[in-house]
Amino acid sequence: MSANTAHVHAEAGTPVYMKVWSALIALTLLEVFLAYERVRLDLMLIILMGLSLIKSALIVAYFMHLKFERLNLILTVIPMCVLCLCLFAIFFPDSMRLFEFRYPK
Amino acid sequence: MATTSAGEVSISVWGGGASPYAVSSRKLGMWLFLMSDSLTFGAVLAAYAYVRVSSEQWPLPFPMWPSITTATIMTFCLLTSSITMVMAVLNAKKGNVRSTLRWLGYTMLGGIAFLVLHANEWRHLIDEGLRPFSNTFGNPPGSTPLFGATFFTATGLHMLHVTIGVIVLANMARGFKKGTYSADMVEISGLYWHFVDLVWMFIFPLIYLMSVPRG
Repeated sequence: MSANTAHVHAEAGTPVYMKVWSALIALTLLEVFLAYERVRLDLMLIILMGLSLIKSALIVAYFMHLKFERLNLILTVIPMCVLCLCLFAIFFPDSMRLFEFRYPK
Repeated sequence: MATTSAGEVSISVWGGGASPYAVSSRKLGMWLFLMSDSLTFGAVLAAYAYVRVSSEQWPLPFPMWPSITTATIMTFCLLTSSITMVMAVLNAKKGNVRSTLRWLGYTMLGGIAFLVLHANEWRHLIDEGLRPFSNTFGNPPGSTPLFGATFFTATGLHMLHVTIGVIVLANMARGFKKGTYSADMVEISGLYWHFVDLVWMFIFPLIYLMSVPRG
């Protein structure tokens, strides 16, 4: 066996994956419930994005197996990606003042 | 590694012995692709949010029935196809060819169901007058022409990814059956499939749930 394939990764069993799947379904239903209740839009945006982040973390950690990979790989792919995605927020102050630039008001 | 000679280091590196990530080059390549792809989707969703925030009246064309109900079923299809993909990878690692093919088949079915439901959703919206650069929504009608552009771009790009995923999985099933693709390849194609699922976890709330008619 080559050195590359000799690494033995820890594995989660089927029950763990089924629990993650159930949690994802439950969180999705919670999101739909919030929309059904017509929760205030700004509050709903914050809660929905929070739930989506939890769901994506579950998918990446368990289904994509990143939880069981080396820390090197996790630190290479995740922080850089999150930082770049956060940088998109730099445009939003501009979108909020766009109204003021319109003519006629 | 530092104590070995230059020749030994070279051989060891090509043998994978110096791999800092302990994954195959293909798997690392897929991870790097997925990170760049997540930035593409991030840009598309940021553009959607930007246009929405800067619009006076944003269309809310997704009532609980049928739009949100259909989108919830689509989410269920994708989430379920992810768990069947996990089962396919587990079976591929154990060398169970028949079980792997069966689970890959279920995964493709989930993807196809998603595509059919999504295409139907698009057809309804197009029937209601939604076009990439015009629509009949808003007051006055058509006052937010960029709704169609951002909606079709975000959901269309995701549909394209699902379509490519189904084709990749079909190819993977054929190759795994013939023995030309290893379990590692099945796992790598699974990474792509789960990523497609992950992206939908942001499109579904941002585009659909935030656009339920109010009052």
